[in-house]
Amino acid sequence: MAQTPRKLDGYALTWRLPIIVWQLLFFIGPLLFMIAMTFFLVKNYRMHEAFEMKNWFKMLSRGFFWDSYFLTLGLATLSTICATVIAFPAAYALSFKVSANVRRWAIFLLIIPFFTSYLVRTFSWYVILAESGPINAILGYIGLGPYTMLNTKFGTMVGYMTLTLPLVVILQTVSLANIDKSLIEAAHNLGCGRTRTVFTVIVPLAKTGLIIAAVFCFILSFGDFVAPYYLGGSKPPTLPIMIIDTTKSGQQWPRAAVVAVMMMVTLFTVAFAAIMAAYRKKA
Amino acid sequence: MGSDRTIKWFLRGYVLLLFCFIFLPIFASLVFSFNSQRFPTVPLGSFTWHWYETIWNDPDVWDAVRTSIIVSLCTSLLATFIGFCTAYTDYRYNFRFKGGFLALALLPPTIPLIIMALAMLAWFAKIGASGQVWSIIIAHTVLTAPFAMAVIRLRLNQMDANLESAAWNLGASEWTAMREVIVPFVKPSIISAMCLTAAVSFDEFAVAWFVSGLNKTVPVIILEIVTGNIDPQVNAIGTFVFITSMTLVIIAQVLIMTREKKDAQA
Repeated sequence: MAQTPRKLDGYALTWRLPIIVWQLLFFIGPLLFMIAMTFFLVKNYRMHEAFEMKNWFKMLSRGFFWDSYFLTLGLATLSTICATVIAFPAAYALSFKVSANVRRWAIFLLIIPFFTSYLVRTFSWYVILAESGPINAILGYIGLGPYTMLNTKFGTMVGYMTLTLPLVVILQTVSLANIDKSLIEAAHNLGCGRTRTVFTVIVPLAKTGLIIAAVFCFILSFGDFVAPYYLGGSKPPTLPIMIIDTTKSGQQWPRAAVVAVMMMVTLFTVAFAAIMAAYRKKA
Repeated sequence: MGSDRTIKWFLRGYVLLLFCFIFLPIFASLVFSFNSQRFPTVPLGSFTWHWYETIWNDPDVWDAVRTSIIVSLCTSLLATFIGFCTAYTDYRYNFRFKGGFLALALLPPTIPLIIMALAMLAWFAKIGASGQVWSIIIAHTVLTAPFAMAVIRLRLNQMDANLESAAWNLGASEWTAMREVIVPFVKPSIISAMCLTAAVSFDEFAVAWFVSGLNKTVPVIILEIVTGNIDPQVNAIGTFVFITSMTLVIIAQVLIMTREKKDAQA
């Protein structure tokens, strides 16, 4: 704004400083300390500040770490693909096939799950999917099953979808609803079929939003320990479960920090690559 | 256009099915909380208050509820204050490194909670602040301040950009203009930001679990019960948490909507 004083006075600082001080102390501070911690040593259950590569060698030379790493990467990728594919028809319907009022209500309903305990919802699935649970009981009436759904990849995916689908549907709907409708009509008028319109007009136009939804889905799935632990059986553990086990029972905070730093590097790489793809101009 | 209608109805059915998937666990947990079976299945058992009585008589649950209320109340005040300062700065000022400033403010939700949990645990141990109720409050403020900022920033967007300078021209100091113009205008968003941050804090379990020590919050109690065994108490606690959070969210939503209507009329 025009009236902004050039000089940084007490008034301006009052509003600017709180977040800077708070985040440096309690957000950047912890993250940097965690990176430093990967070089610390643990002797007799006590952590000593040091600068050694020991933890990195210990973790990265073990097969079990890489097993978990690629398992987590694979599960999060699968979850991202599932969520994107499952959410898209719903987002399409909410964007083009219902009134604005219905769309508002649908988005309001989709916000509700964010304020219900994800733990309780997971526990609910645990009961629903159990060998003797309601789904197998109903399937039993028509002579099917019982199926083992807990402690499988299917169980993990059900958990991931519970966590991510509401957000992915919301983000996809918002980006699809913002598409200029006349472009779609133009495609139809020029004789472009329905399916072809979706893939050659709608998806490219909404590309940025669709990719951002997928990135959020990947971040959430990659960092979630509840679904793979309670519904997936955690054998082998995913990286978040490994962080918990290493921290809680082993007192090996530096090694847990190595896992955490590896996760962050992976997430930044994936997010950066995806955002580059999202904003890339068409060749 | 017969096929058009078929597709339309097919898509609507699909949306309905998706919503069923999303709401099934929430609904089921509500039903299970009144169901007498320890291992719920179909057909359901008889109606019971038993699980609610169990948690009502459990002193651990009461302690957790007390801790949770303190944590979410303090978090909502702190996070909303910090969020307001940040939103106002973004609204009014342009300066060098503003991109970095906003990144610093908005980044926390993109870091997985389990990583924040480990980082906070180690940092608090280092600075001698671990295992306290206020450790959870500090951590939750970091996680929720971006939400408060977003809510208040959206409200500031609706304000006439000349309102504040008009107050200055009429002789008000910057502080007076803040008190008499800005704060009254964003007040509903301040209250909704408080409700939202309180609701998020009331539900958060990963960071709270790591940094809380012996001061467990309600979600941490849930986590511990779930880890132990199948125990339908969890559904009763979950229903209680759900009602608390939803009340907060609905208050927040109503405040935003009525204010929008008033603005539209004015």
